[in-house]
Amino acid sequence: MTDTSALYQEVILDHNRRPRNYCAMADATIEERGVNPLCGDELTLYLRMDGDRIADASFQGSGCAISRASASMMTSIVKGKTRAEADALIEQFRGMATGQTVLDDLPPALRVFAGVARLPQRVKCAVLPWHALHSALTGGTGSTSV
Amino acid sequence: MSAIVPRSDFSLLSANPALVYLDSAATAQKPRAVLDAMNDFYETDYANPHRGAYALSARATERYARARAAVAQFFGVRDEACVIFTRGTTDSLNVVAAAWGRANIGAGDEVIVTGAEHHANFVPWQQIAIERGAIFTICPLTADGRADVEVLAALVSEKTKVIAFNHVSNVLGAINPVAEIAAIARSVGALSVCDGAQGAPHMAVSFDALDVDIYAASAHKMLGPMGTGVLIGRREILDAMPPYQTGGDMIAFVGDEQTTWNVLPHRLEAGTPNVAGAVGLAAACDYLTAIGMDAVAAHERALVKVAHERVSAIEGVRVHGPSAAERSGVLSFTVADIHPHDLASLLDERNICIRAGHHCAQPLMRRLGVAATARASFYVYNDENDVEQLVEALESAKRVFAVA
Repeated sequence: MTDTSALYQEVILDHNRRPRNYCAMADATIEERGVNPLCGDELTLYLRMDGDRIADASFQGSGCAISRASASMMTSIVKGKTRAEADALIEQFRGMATGQTVLDDLPPALRVFAGVARLPQRVKCAVLPWHALHSALTGGTGSTSV
Repeated sequence: MSAIVPRSDFSLLSANPALVYLDSAATAQKPRAVLDAMNDFYETDYANPHRGAYALSARATERYARARAAVAQFFGVRDEACVIFTRGTTDSLNVVAAAWGRANIGAGDEVIVTGAEHHANFVPWQQIAIERGAIFTICPLTADGRADVEVLAALVSEKTKVIAFNHVSNVLGAINPVAEIAAIARSVGALSVCDGAQGAPHMAVSFDALDVDIYAASAHKMLGPMGTGVLIGRREILDAMPPYQTGGDMIAFVGDEQTTWNVLPHRLEAGTPNVAGAVGLAAACDYLTAIGMDAVAAHERALVKVAHERVSAIEGVRVHGPSAAERSGVLSFTVADIHPHDLASLLDERNICIRAGHHCAQPLMRRLGVAATARASFYVYNDENDVEQLVEALESAKRVFAVA
């Protein structure tokens, strides 16, 4: 199987078809919009904070399989995490997507995205939700671009 | 159906025999004739034109003037001084919106664009309308993506100052009735501005016969270099337009208190011009003229007809825009619920270059009811094998995404 086809493995296609946490959140405490101005993809990230902890996370929007699957997995993984834990994940994910982080640092579920590092024009798709999360946790401008 | 020019004319294509380049609507590959002409200018006649009191500078000036004459001939413009060299279509349209717009659009006036404009012919007008307190109206489209001229004729009034529209849609390949729209504009004294970025590379354009006030095009989409384009206008419009930029070359006399302007075309070309760019564009015009623009248009129509048939026969594919007989060599489509970016990545792996996204036409995407499309576009160097490769790759992408 070739590099690109390998990236579109079942787990990514599954999250694309049936994205987890794909809904608006009525009691969200933070709402952050992420856009990729190059392609027009957009998502809205909803977080409900409980003190320092992310009590709940969800998203909605339109985007490619890579960005949807990334948002789907991200919202699942960051639930229950503290800000500091989420920050660490953001750093590790960005590092992996740009080909810098050692994969061992990352939760295994996220390692399927390692392949985007070989597709420079798709890196932004994978990191779009993570950029929105970073922005949401650092004060939130309400809108983020990658 | 084979290409109508030898692939060996294009160094990049002959160096990459497996490459299937289907993104000429974004930018066209360059024939060696264009690169050689530019190189030759630098190697034989290079100096700053218009100022040196020496023979070399006169030769550079002559090169620049000859390039303008060739480009004027290609675009069917008798009055050569009405061909202004710019950085490209975006630059040309911004010049008109800013310079002409600021002088001629007032509060309560109306600016009309169509819903199928590239951002380059949409945002400058939207912004000048906001700045001048004018009404910004978006003309609706026919089902196949052309400006609805019946609605347009009913929309216009003596308040209408500008009608800006594309010659050919960069997304749909739909061809607008330019002369008809220009006549509607003329009937109310409005300026007609035609974005020819997707027209000039693909069909014969006679500016004088189109009777449009302004026509803009980019060299890089018609086999010429990046960073060069043309702004073509009727003399009385350009003569009355305030200078967009001021500086060297465009002045007649600079006094301590006041400055007077040079004549066309120099009045609208401040600073040292991009002579190599103009020379490259002229060489591209010559190359296209040697093929014949009618042959170019016929080749693209034949290719896009095959592509339209083959691609729309794939289950789950939706092709946007007019029938094959009525479109330029552009095919926009979506495949089931596969996002166009995913599609483009999977095609890229097979050395097939297509465009995916909103194509700098977000207002049109909203009107089509899609977030993005995939776009394949054809030019003189494409052949039927390219279409075959595209079709096979789309089938393969469907298998990866497990779309039946």
